[in-house]
Amino acid sequence: MNITLKIWRQKNEHAKGKFVTYKLDDVSKEMTFLEMLDYLNEKLIKEGNDPVAFDSDCREGICGMCGLYINGRPNGPKKGVTACQLSMSVFKDGDTITVEPWRAKAFPVIKDLIVNRNAFDKIIQVGGYISVTTGSAPEANSIPVKKENAERAFDSGICIGCGACVAACKNASAMLFIGAKVSQLALLPQGRVEAKERVKTMVAKMDELGFGNCSNTGACEAECPKEIKLTNIARLNREFYKANLS
Amino acid sequence: MVTLNSKIPEGPLAEKWSNHKASIKLVNPANKKKLDIIVVGAGASGASAAATLAELGYNVKVYCFQDSSRRAHSIASQGGINATKNYKNDGDSDYRLFYDMIKGGDFRAREANVYRLAEISNNVIDQYVAQGVPFAREYSGYLTTRSFGGVQVSRTFYAQGQTGQQCTLAAYQALMRQINAGKAKMFTRRDVLDLVVINGKARGIITRNLITGEIERHSAHAVVFATGGYGTVYYLSTLAINSNVTAAMAAFRKGALFANPSMAQIHPTCIPVLNEYQSKLTLMSESLRNDGRVWVPKKKGDKRPANEIPEEERDYYLERRYPAFGNLVPRDVASRAAKERCDAGYGVGETGLSVYLDFKDAINIQGKETIAGKYGNLFDLYLKITGINPYKEPMRIYPAAHYTMGGLWVDYNLMTTIPGLYAIGEANFSDHGSNRLGASSLLQCSADGYFILPVTIGDYLADEIKTPKISTDTPEFEKAEKAVKEKLNKLLSVKGTQTVTSFHKRLGHILWSYSGMIKNENGLKKAFKLVSELKEEFWKNVKIPGGLNELNHELEKASRVADFFDVAKLIITDALDRKESCGAHFREEYQTEEGEPKRDDKNYSYVSAWEYTGEDKPPKLNKEELKFKYVKVTERSYK
Ligand SMILES: Cc1cc2nc3c(=O)[nH]c(=O)nc-3n(C[C@H](O)[C@H](O)[C@H](O)COP(=O)(O)OP(=O)(O)OC[C@H]3O[C@@H](n4cnc5c(N)ncnc54)[C@H](O)[C@@H]3O)c2cc1C
Ligand code: SF4
Ligand code: FES
Repeated sequence: MNITLKIWRQKNEHAKGKFVTYKLDDVSKEMTFLEMLDYLNEKLIKEGNDPVAFDSDCREGICGMCGLYINGRPNGPKKGVTACQLSMSVFKDGDTITVEPWRAKAFPVIKDLIVNRNAFDKIIQVGGYISVTTGSAPEANSIPVKKENAERAFDSGICIGCGACVAACKNASAMLFIGAKVSQLALLPQGRVEAKERVKTMVAKMDELGFGNCSNTGACEAECPKEIKLTNIARLNREFYKANLS
Repeated sequence: MVTLNSKIPEGPLAEKWSNHKASIKLVNPANKKKLDIIVVGAGASGASAAATLAELGYNVKVYCFQDSSRRAHSIASQGGINATKNYKNDGDSDYRLFYDMIKGGDFRAREANVYRLAEISNNVIDQYVAQGVPFAREYSGYLTTRSFGGVQVSRTFYAQGQTGQQCTLAAYQALMRQINAGKAKMFTRRDVLDLVVINGKARGIITRNLITGEIERHSAHAVVFATGGYGTVYYLSTLAINSNVTAAMAAFRKGALFANPSMAQIHPTCIPVLNEYQSKLTLMSESLRNDGRVWVPKKKGDKRPANEIPEEERDYYLERRYPAFGNLVPRDVASRAAKERCDAGYGVGETGLSVYLDFKDAINIQGKETIAGKYGNLFDLYLKITGINPYKEPMRIYPAAHYTMGGLWVDYNLMTTIPGLYAIGEANFSDHGSNRLGASSLLQCSADGYFILPVTIGDYLADEIKTPKISTDTPEFEKAEKAVKEKLNKLLSVKGTQTVTSFHKRLGHILWSYSGMIKNENGLKKAFKLVSELKEEFWKNVKIPGGLNELNHELEKASRVADFFDVAKLIITDALDRKESCGAHFREEYQTEEGEPKRDDKNYSYVSAWEYTGEDKPPKLNKEELKFKYVKVTERSYK
């Protein structure tokens, strides 16, 4: 099929970016979105042009490295996929596709479609863990965990740190990302000990780094490639109030 | 010639590690503060090592090429992690895990190292549980396990099909905690391009900042490479597209030996190649073989949809050939059996290059819900990629390059032949012989990182407590930096006509054809010639846009592919040397009447450790003889 691409090109963090239009023939429906961009880049290089810079690594939806704003939505029209998993079969011959980087104050653009997401690491650094020093762990089965809680902790723990939730949110809030980690650890007895401190430091860090507030529109849940639920934000709020009450 | 000293401690097998720990040198806490350690790589092995070293009090600097340490490819590992807890009371023990791995590796791994893994395995699970890894549990709240290929007990702990993600994030979080504590410092988006050796000791690295392009110097008292595997040399593989061998090759050129380079695992259950644009292959976890049955039609070229082929016309060839292990034979065996059926014309799908993995019986017996609980996310992943619903139709699978048993040669302390340079995780060669069993890499990575290296590195650093901070202002750093710049500038100056990726694809194709699941002497010789020619062409005709001092993915790729050529030659040289078949290394000339690998223990019971002798010069072979005292070396049979 023939596709017209309007891609955000920006030389570096401080440069002014703009959309550049590319026409691409012979796009196969079997390509993934990133393979289509590979294909464009191979063509650009051969023609002596600068290829479009975008991030990716695992190419199977688990590392969280890719992430593109496609036709006004994080990772395009399909629910529950990363950009590397998005199949070109969702587009039709003649389509025009707009591709932009994540837009958020806390995620500055590095080049073209690549953004700096170090802010997520900084949030984890202040409390997204259980402080157990290597060697001091008790025998694994000495901490029974309700099957249901272990499963819910897993459902929260599968966040890939991609930032689609932030990009989807009109306030660029990181509440879903933080809610997922806070919930995972709060659901486990091992994680309860530090629960109060954890939620306070992580939320404070989020505010400091320039992420916005949550106004409950649910865009994050709708666009999260791992379908992390809004209930994680509800739990985050509960944990936060509990921590501040006592 | 290097003298290989594996430093295996004396004493009975089960006491070696405790005796060793009790007798090696220690560094006291006050001195640890004065010592710097560089850890390159932040996957299951690197992040766990860095976090633990920082907890111990060392100053740790960590490097990775992704934008966050959480994205190392360990994140993609799926099916599980082994330990000898024996929670199922099915007769598991340290010895049994040890035996399974030695046999699974077809008697080409070191006894002492493997036994140590078994011993440490339970600590690893304890550690991850305490860190909040949500492993699968019974209704009672206690942990549950499942079986993996090549073993007859149930010892694999798992978190659905995302065990690696959960373990890697636990290690990542432990590392983030140390960064917060100021004991570790993270350098993301860095390519490590060279190792700096001063007076024979590893003292630093040269990196390229992938955003600015700046070439940087970093020093330390010791250096740890946790840089993962090099399966991407095949182009299409289950690895991440940026996985590479650059750090290991830099070490090799500086004198570290490269062991068993040809030992590459081709994983039997991957989604087949679907089109020519494909940039990677997706693994379907081996755990699926617990409940899935592998088959092809009994009739050649049968094009009927799977569900229309009646039971009696299906050939469950693994169950037929290997009644004792059935669908749970080790990976190398399952891969070759699939290739054999497809080559014989029984393969299914458009290309005939795939076999079925069927869950019909499992769903009928256990119910859809139970199967969904075990494999739900894998089934969804499969559906997403192929459009086929495995609850209704069998999956189609085919082998793909997956894991490299080969890697930097290390002694029992995980130190390479360069003093002060350590290699851990998939980057070293130590524990899997010629074939890795499922769920044992996460175990090895975590054992290396949390429990082994942090102890053994003390033995070396105890003699370094008087060494002041290492200066980067030395002729050795100067020279290494200059060499890196020259190499990158040389790549940029070729200004040819063909893209980096086109070369990588061609290289992968050569290796897959002649040095993949089945090899022979003529093919390997031909491959060596083809790779040498391709390398030459690459340096004459590669086209890389952009410059050195900017974000330049094509330059990054080119520098990786340049190293892939060299490791490819090493792989082929090693495969030619090993005139036997063992595990994943299958030389057509050496097979039993039933088509199983035929080892030659008299002549090849060694680890081949290759020594660099100069650019494009034949490397020199050093042999570490393998001695088996605690197992009877037999023909590996899964029948
Ligand atoms: C799809 C898949 C599924 C798997 N499933 C399982 C399983 O179920 N159970 C199991 O036990 N094993 C499994 N494995 C194997 C296992 O996941 C890997 O062997 C293991 O995770 C490797 O970990 P590592 O720490 O050695 O390296 P990696 O996790 O690959 O990390 C490598 C690190 O090195 C860095 N790096 C590399 N080169 C450079 C350089 N030149 N400069 C700077 N940084 C560099 C990277 O940035 C990264 O941080 C699986 C593997 C794959 C691919
Ligand atoms: S919550 Fe979802 S969208 Fe947000 S970072 Fe995690 S996986 Fe990505
Ligand atoms: S590249 Fe890893 S999630 Fe897309």
